[in-house]
Amino acid sequence: MQNILELKNIGYSYHALQGETKALKNISFHVKEGEFVAIVGPSGCGKSTLLSIIAGLLAPEEGTILVNNPDGSLHYPRVGYMLQRDHLLEWRNIYKNVILGLEINHMMTEERLAYVNQLLFDYDLDKFKNKRPSELSGGMKQRAALIRTLALDPQLLLLDEPFSALDYQTRLMVSADICHLIRNTGKTMIIITHDLSEAISLADRIIVLSPRPSTVKKEMEIHLTLLDNSPLAARNAPEFSDYFNQLWEELTSE
Amino acid sequence: MNNHSSELSKQEQFMTIYKRQRRLITSYRFLIMLAFLILWEVTANLGMIDSFFFSSPSRVVLQFVKLCAENNLFWHIGITLWETIISFLLVFIISLVVSTLLWYSSGLSKVMEPYLVILNSLPKSALAPLFIVWLGTGMKTIVVAGISVALFGSIISFYTGFMQCDPEKITLIYTLGGNKQDVFCKVVLPGCLPTLLSTSKVNIGLALVGVIIGEFLAARQGLGYLIIYGSQVFQLNLVITSVIILCIIAFVFYKAIQAVEYRLKKQMGS
Repeated sequence: MQNILELKNIGYSYHALQGETKALKNISFHVKEGEFVAIVGPSGCGKSTLLSIIAGLLAPEEGTILVNNPDGSLHYPRVGYMLQRDHLLEWRNIYKNVILGLEINHMMTEERLAYVNQLLFDYDLDKFKNKRPSELSGGMKQRAALIRTLALDPQLLLLDEPFSALDYQTRLMVSADICHLIRNTGKTMIIITHDLSEAISLADRIIVLSPRPSTVKKEMEIHLTLLDNSPLAARNAPEFSDYFNQLWEELTSE
Repeated sequence: MNNHSSELSKQEQFMTIYKRQRRLITSYRFLIMLAFLILWEVTANLGMIDSFFFSSPSRVVLQFVKLCAENNLFWHIGITLWETIISFLLVFIISLVVSTLLWYSSGLSKVMEPYLVILNSLPKSALAPLFIVWLGTGMKTIVVAGISVALFGSIISFYTGFMQCDPEKITLIYTLGGNKQDVFCKVVLPGCLPTLLSTSKVNIGLALVGVIIGEFLAARQGLGYLIIYGSQVFQLNLVITSVIILCIIAFVFYKAIQAVEYRLKKQMGS
């Protein structure tokens, strides 16, 4: 499979009156089509900045981002971005929330709406269409947020610590659930997390960033032997603790 | 089954207690008013307070009937209401437009900030004589006075409300491919409706204050005019009757906006 995204020597600094803070330095990596990549690093290392650059919300100060669309076109891949919390708008019902992106992009075509309705049905949310977000559980809200992202048919999904607002137990279930759903769509995903076990259990490859100014410290392929299909299966895999220890070493060594 | 019915009766118990408390609060409210009115009437009749200066409930009622018959009281009330509503609506529209512009341009808001602060803390009654000179004595002056009292505080409240919008919700709109206009229409404005309404509750009271100040100085009609006229001819019954009518108007305005607030909240489900 070919690379959907190639980052070359990306650099970015924040500027303030007190001076310049270098956040990213010489970051280079690539992401293959359909691959799940996790980015881990110490807190404050600029992970979110990197994701904003990939999403096109920030322009890099140095370096280039190369794009290879599967269909050979040259436009930037459509990016779907999932934020730390679901941010469903309380004054809209679930249906109005999931079509927010279509509304903004004036894409309320029959075909799109049918796709959204199909997703609502597939994700067991069709009965909650007319409910307010506050009436849904944390997991259902994350599913609704995923549908809102998928409605625009993104080629690349970016998840910025998407489950960090959930309590631990819900988080285990929801992260496995959401990633399973994304895998079924065959889309490419980049996830940022500070939870090492989450990274190992969800990703095909983990990119470890160093403290600020961040560079890529290590890339690690993950191959787990899954014993069953439960949300905890990845954590029970025999290779899990090895990967965990390796990652821990990488993050704590200077 | 037994368990179920006892649980139901617990719920019923709760409801009875709740309703009883509601009734108690309402009856205490009326009691306070009644006690005040009786005390006022009795002390006035016994000569403990001078009813010439302090009037009394019965005199207020007589005055009210007389005003209805002779002085077109409802005309005066209508004028004050009309001026207040016009001022209030203009305050709402102008502050919505200005605060939206300030939100769109952070440069503009930074430049304008000191002016807004000064205009907001300026006692607006000081401006009323100027308005008379500039605009003459009439409804225009009174409406401008009403606007001047509420406007700047309202702009500041609206703008502050807009700026308190969750930055991640703004990012969400950008990640969905929206622009600044989408951010405003989809997230900032609907998210601020509660702020707009609570500010409006204050604004309608302030507009009434401004209108009365204006009527004191530059009117031949309206409740403010009746108050000033009554004090000049030493008819304090007239003054106190007008003040009581003002109390009722302020209460009705407040309740009206509260009703709008309630309906919107129900509609938006929050």
